[in-house]
Amino acid sequence: MKKLISLETIALVMLVGLGASYMMDPTPERGLPIQEFFYLLGSIGFVVGLKMMGKPDTARRGNMLAAIGMVFAVVAALVFGKDGQALHNVPLIIGAIALGTVVGTMMAKRVQMTAMPQMVSLFNGMGGACAALIGLMEFHEMSATFAGIESEIGQAVVAAALALTGASSALQTQLGIIYAGLIIGTVSFAGSMIAFGKLEGKIKDFALPGQQYVNLALLGTVLGLAAGHTLGYLEGSLWFYLVLVVAALYGILFVLPIGGADMPVVISLLNSFTGVAAACGGFLYDNNVMLMGGVLVGSAGTILTVVMCNAMNRSLTNVLLGKVGGASAAASASNSAGGSIRELQATDVAIMMKYASKVVVVPGYGLAVAQAQHVCHELELLLESEGVEVKYAIHPVAGRMPGHMNVLLAESNVEYDKLVEMEDINPEFATTDVVLVVGANDVVNPAAKTDPSSPIYGMPILDVENAKQVVVMKRSMKAGYAGIDNDLFYNSKCGMLFGDAKDSLQKLVSEVKSL
Amino acid sequence: MILNFIYENIEFIYLIFLMVIVGIELISHVPSVLHTPLMSGANAIHGVVLIGAILVLGKAHSDDYFSLVLGFIGVVLGTLNVVGGFVVTDRMLEMFKKKDKGGKA
Repeated sequence: MKKLISLETIALVMLVGLGASYMMDPTPERGLPIQEFFYLLGSIGFVVGLKMMGKPDTARRGNMLAAIGMVFAVVAALVFGKDGQALHNVPLIIGAIALGTVVGTMMAKRVQMTAMPQMVSLFNGMGGACAALIGLMEFHEMSATFAGIESEIGQAVVAAALALTGASSALQTQLGIIYAGLIIGTVSFAGSMIAFGKLEGKIKDFALPGQQYVNLALLGTVLGLAAGHTLGYLEGSLWFYLVLVVAALYGILFVLPIGGADMPVVISLLNSFTGVAAACGGFLYDNNVMLMGGVLVGSAGTILTVVMCNAMNRSLTNVLLGKVGGASAAASASNSAGGSIRELQATDVAIMMKYASKVVVVPGYGLAVAQAQHVCHELELLLESEGVEVKYAIHPVAGRMPGHMNVLLAESNVEYDKLVEMEDINPEFATTDVVLVVGANDVVNPAAKTDPSSPIYGMPILDVENAKQVVVMKRSMKAGYAGIDNDLFYNSKCGMLFGDAKDSLQKLVSEVKSL
Repeated sequence: MILNFIYENIEFIYLIFLMVIVGIELISHVPSVLHTPLMSGANAIHGVVLIGAILVLGKAHSDDYFSLVLGFIGVVLGTLNVVGGFVVTDRMLEMFKKKDKGGKA
C-alpha cells in the first residue's frame, strides 16, 4: 500500500510540475516534447499495468497504474492540443469529461456484483460508439473541406492537382482509416448493446434461417462499399452513411443468435474490436498512446478470448456460429422425460450435512441471483464449527464469466483457499459425502461427457455424481441457461431441494443449528 | 502502392507488431480467476479512444453544430468507458484484496 501512495504522489508531482513549467512559457515548441513524454508515460502505464493485472497480488495496483497512465495521456491531449495547436472548445470538452466522470463513477459504483458482466459490455459499447463518432465527425469535416475546394476550382483540376502531388493517396489512406474505425466501432457498439440486453434478460436468442450466410453477406457489403468508396469507385457521402447503417445491422445480427452462455467470449471479442478501433484513431491522429493502447487491447483481448474459449472447451468458430443457441431447443425436447426425481426437505439435507465429514458446495448463477452468497458463507462457518470440512468447487464459467463466482464469494468473505478450481476438485468428489449444488445446472450436467448430441457436449464439468450424495437446490425443474435437461437430477444419489436459494440456505442454517 | 504505404508508416508498423507480441505475452499465462477483471481492465484501457474524441471536438468550429454535438457525446461516452471501466475493475479487484487480508489475519 505504501508503495502505491508514493507512486501516485510521484505521478501527481510530475503532472503539476511539468504543467506549471509549460504554463509559464506556453509555446508549441515547449509543449510538444512534454506532450510526447506524457504520452510515453501513459503507454508505459498501460503495458506495466496490464502485466500486473495478470497476478492476483498485484492486480489492483496494476489497474491503478493503468488509470494513472490514462490521466497522463488525457491531460497531455487536453493541455497541449495537437501538433502544437491549442484546442478550441476547451470548456465544452471539460464539461463533457466531468459529466462522463460523474455518471460513469455512479454507474460503476451502484451496479450489483452479479450484473458486472453487463456493465463491462455496456462500457465497451460506449468506447465503440466513441470510435464510431470520431469517424463520423472526421468524415463530415473531410467532405466539407472537399466540397469547398470542388466548388471553387472544379473537380477535374482538384483531381489532377491531387494526383500530381500524391495527396490523393494520402487522402485515400485517411478515408480508409476513418472507415476502419467507423466500421469496427459501430459493430462493437451495436454488438455490445445486444450482449448487454441478453445478459439483462431483455433480449432473447434469435436466429434467422441461414443466418451465417446473411451475416457474411452483410459483412461483405460493408467491406465492399467501404473499399469502393475509399478507392474512388463510388462517389458521394451517402455511401458513408449507408456503411454506417449496414455495419450497425451486422453488429446486431452477429450477436443475436449467440447463446447466453457464450456471452463472455463475445464480450471479450468485442472488447478487442474496440481496441482496434482505438488504434485506428491513433493512426489517424498520429498519436502513439492511442495506437499503443488500442493495439495492446486488441491483441490482449483476442488472446483472452481464445484462452476463455479453451477454458470452456469450445472453439471460437462454434461460439461465433452460435452452435449452442440453435441446437438447444431440439435437444431439450427429446430429453425431457428422463425418469423420476427425489424431492428432499431442508431437515433431511441438514442431517446429511451435519453428520458428513466433507461437504463440497457448487455455486452457480442461481446463488448469485438470489444474493445468497452471505447465507452460504454462514452455513459454511456453521458446518465447520461442527467439524465438517467445507470447500467450494468453482467451475471456470460459474456465474456468467470466468472468475465471476470468485468475485461474488470473495465479496461475502469466503476465504481464498476454500475456492477450489475444477481440475483440483474433481478427484476429490470420490471422497466427498455431500455435494450441495446451489443454483448451478449446466456445469454439473453429465450429458457434457456422455451425450454427443448435447449442445454442451465436450464442455468440462464438475464430476459431482462421484460423491456419495448430491443435493441440488433449484427453484423448479426448469432447464438451465443452455436450455437443456439434466440427467443428474434423475440419478439415484441425487435429491432435489426446491425453493429460492437464499430461503433454502437460510432454512438449512436454522435446521443445522437446531439439530 | 502497398509498399509505399508500408514505407511511409514504417514506425507505426513496427510499433503495432511489437505491441501485438506484448499483448499476447501479457495475457497468455493468466489464471482463469482473473479473466473477468482483466477483460474489464483492458476494456478501460481502450477508452484511450477518448483522446481522439477530445482532439476532434477541439478542432471543431464554434458554428459547426453537427461536430459540436457529436463531439460532446463522443467525449462523454469515451469518459464513461474510461472512468466506468477503471472503477468497475477496481471494485472487482478490491474483493480479491479483502479476501487476501482476511486469509492472513
